[in-house]
Amino acid sequence: MKIFKGVKQYVLMAILFSALHPLHASAQTDQDAIMMSKNYFCGGAMYGYSSWKNYWEGTLKRDNENLGTVSSQMIGVMGNYGIKNNLNVLFSVPWISNKASAGTLHKMNGVQDLSLWVKWMPYSKSIGKGTLSIFGLGGVSLPVSDYTPDFLPLSIGLHSKSFSGRVMVDYELGKFFATGSGTYTYRDNINIDRTAYYTTELHLTNEVEMPDVASFNFRTGYRSGHLIAEAIVSNMTTLGGFDIRRNDMPFASNKMNATTVGAGFKYTFKNIHELSLVGNGNYVVAGRNVGQSTSVSAGVFYAFNVTGANKKAKTDKKN
Amino acid sequence: MKKISAFFLIVVTGLMIIQSSCSKNIEGRTDNLPALSPANIDLEAGKWKLVTLSRPDSFAVAAPAAITLPGYIGELNEVKGLQFNMTEAQKDKIKYWSAGTVLRWNEIIRELVAKHNLPPYQNEDGTYPIPSSANPFNYPEFPFSNPPFAARAYAYISAAQYDALVACWHYKKLYNRAAPYKVDSTINANATMIAKTDLPSYPSEQAVLAGVTAELMKAFFPTEIAFINQKVDELQTATMGSGACTRSDWTAGETLGRQIASVFSGRGRGDNTSKAVGSQPQWDSLATSCEARGEAPWISLETPHRNPMLPFFGNVKPFLFDSLTVVNVLRPGPPPSTNSEQMKQETEEVAGYAKNPTRADIDLVHFWADGVGTYTPPGHWNAIAAEDFIGQHYSEVRWARNMALLNMSLMDAAIVCWNTKYFYFNPRPTQMDPSIKTVTGIPNFPAYISGHSTFSGAAAEILGHIIPSRAADYNQMANDASRSRMVSGIHYRSDCEVGLETGKKVGDYAIQRAMTDGAE
Repeated sequence: MKIFKGVKQYVLMAILFSALHPLHASAQTDQDAIMMSKNYFCGGAMYGYSSWKNYWEGTLKRDNENLGTVSSQMIGVMGNYGIKNNLNVLFSVPWISNKASAGTLHKMNGVQDLSLWVKWMPYSKSIGKGTLSIFGLGGVSLPVSDYTPDFLPLSIGLHSKSFSGRVMVDYELGKFFATGSGTYTYRDNINIDRTAYYTTELHLTNEVEMPDVASFNFRTGYRSGHLIAEAIVSNMTTLGGFDIRRNDMPFASNKMNATTVGAGFKYTFKNIHELSLVGNGNYVVAGRNVGQSTSVSAGVFYAFNVTGANKKAKTDKKN
Repeated sequence: MKKISAFFLIVVTGLMIIQSSCSKNIEGRTDNLPALSPANIDLEAGKWKLVTLSRPDSFAVAAPAAITLPGYIGELNEVKGLQFNMTEAQKDKIKYWSAGTVLRWNEIIRELVAKHNLPPYQNEDGTYPIPSSANPFNYPEFPFSNPPFAARAYAYISAAQYDALVACWHYKKLYNRAAPYKVDSTINANATMIAKTDLPSYPSEQAVLAGVTAELMKAFFPTEIAFINQKVDELQTATMGSGACTRSDWTAGETLGRQIASVFSGRGRGDNTSKAVGSQPQWDSLATSCEARGEAPWISLETPHRNPMLPFFGNVKPFLFDSLTVVNVLRPGPPPSTNSEQMKQETEEVAGYAKNPTRADIDLVHFWADGVGTYTPPGHWNAIAAEDFIGQHYSEVRWARNMALLNMSLMDAAIVCWNTKYFYFNPRPTQMDPSIKTVTGIPNFPAYISGHSTFSGAAAEILGHIIPSRAADYNQMANDASRSRMVSGIHYRSDCEVGLETGKKVGDYAIQRAMTDGAE
């Protein structure tokens, strides 16, 4: 189960360029309606690749011969633990490497931000022929290295501490489901290495005010014990921030918006049901001050009962 | 459903706590300064040596009416009216401007430089459009306030402010009209937001600064005229409302300031800047004459190749010495030949730095980068100087004098540096070794000598003279700024070392001037 997308995803994925973090696919992430059973831990690793050639400078779509194609690679470790059947904690930490195929700018890489989420399902009831569940999630994201956020589009992140609150609703009808969620992310101010910068005015400080972010995610598809296949649409909107000016460099407090479509799957082996594979792909269809990235990622996960009881790893929310 | 209600209550409360408890307001370093309270009002500054103006009374200022006449009583009542009806917003503006008028105008110029410091996007055919002051609103907007442009703007405005204030002080002493807060007890009681001094108020120094600065800024930033006019109005209301001047003090000052600006505008029209861009044949000849010397010529590292930045800025007329001094005295000898073993070694040294920059290296580079969208390296040195000058409690005229010394040094450093760059037309390290990638943008002009090093050497030298207790710090800053260009992979050691040395020589001319201008 890949959970690496968390708060950071909203930040990161839309970051002008790193967009590595697709809207995740399946299996016990902070964006899906699946809970780990009590005492179960699921951990794994993901690899992701994303790239873009075009980006939006404000609302103007353009390319840049001095960047060429900006690509990002991600290796993430992540896990999900069931404290109770309806209360999970999730974490993820990615290592990211960004580079440009043209121009002279140096590549950047490093460990980015730690994401922690608490996922709670206070309500799950049969309604009609299906089941309606409601979730509440709270997340924090903390930079774990001192990478610079002031070298976009090659910076590996925005280096902001953030808190997120999310409400999610899931409806399941037989093997089909639909999940929708809305998230508000508060982003703390950041510090950069220089002592002055221009946004829409000159600031004589190294502190940068970071606008908050609102995001929505909708996913629907097929969900069974061994296979989940889904289509995903998501949107993030930065509540404030400013546009990149004509031929300027991007900046951490830009108004970064993106609408993304994608698909994902999770396959759990029938004979080794502790083991699962996930994969997904995403494409930014509309944006502002972000790269129009195409991303793919794949991962492998292993789930087990930490008390040693050897039974099937349960990942169904109704367990 | 109780559980669900509790759940939503938690969510809503959580969001409200986040919204209310986490203020993100940031405070700039100069947002909340005390009112400028000069240690010495420099009453004799009317005798200080002028930069361009021939005499402090080149422009006549009529004697003010006696303060016993009804007209003046009316002017005092106008001030009282402003004080009586003052809004909170107007109080904030008084507080803002009271920190120092030279300081605030300097910050505003830096803001406009940063705003307009964007290289034009290319044309369809791969050439680049040149901003035009005749059509400033057409893309690319005029100006592209790159470092030489910015250095010249800072210098002209600072030097003109200085000459204008020397003239202002001349008339202040001559006419010796006391400030409204000295004349009227009601105004005095309400003049709580400024430091009251014995400096005569006619003509108003704030008005002189408004007139001279606005007039020149409009020429440098023609798309900003409405913004600049608004600042002038704001400063007038703040100064009169503070109790520091009446309308006649203001009008005499603003008129004097605008007249003195015209002298500097005239100088600017004839200083060769209009020829600094050049044309394709001229750019080509820079490369061919370099090749004729057997050296590899500079090539733009942008795609498409961008025309070189202001290649003939090196012919602009300096403030502190003449153009012959630039060529015969200050322009350093050649860089290592592009075919030499030394150049190979220096390139390898840069490649070594650039390969795996540490976080500390990136910090150093970004601290001093002052690239696209910033107030440029001269602006950075203005910020350093201004923030130190705040603690020195200078009079406005001494503020202007010291900023003028700094900015004339920076402009003349730009002239010598640009002259050197285009005389030798030396390639950047990345041109010699394309594997060298950089953690900041590579400027679009030849390498030798480093602009940052030249600017910083000049600035550190004159600032160390102005505030001797900080001389060692300024020197360290200059060394850091210079080294940052090598660490970032965009300059060779020779560029940096010779740049620093050359900059210091420029700064020494400013020190010579400072020691003889009557202010020390």
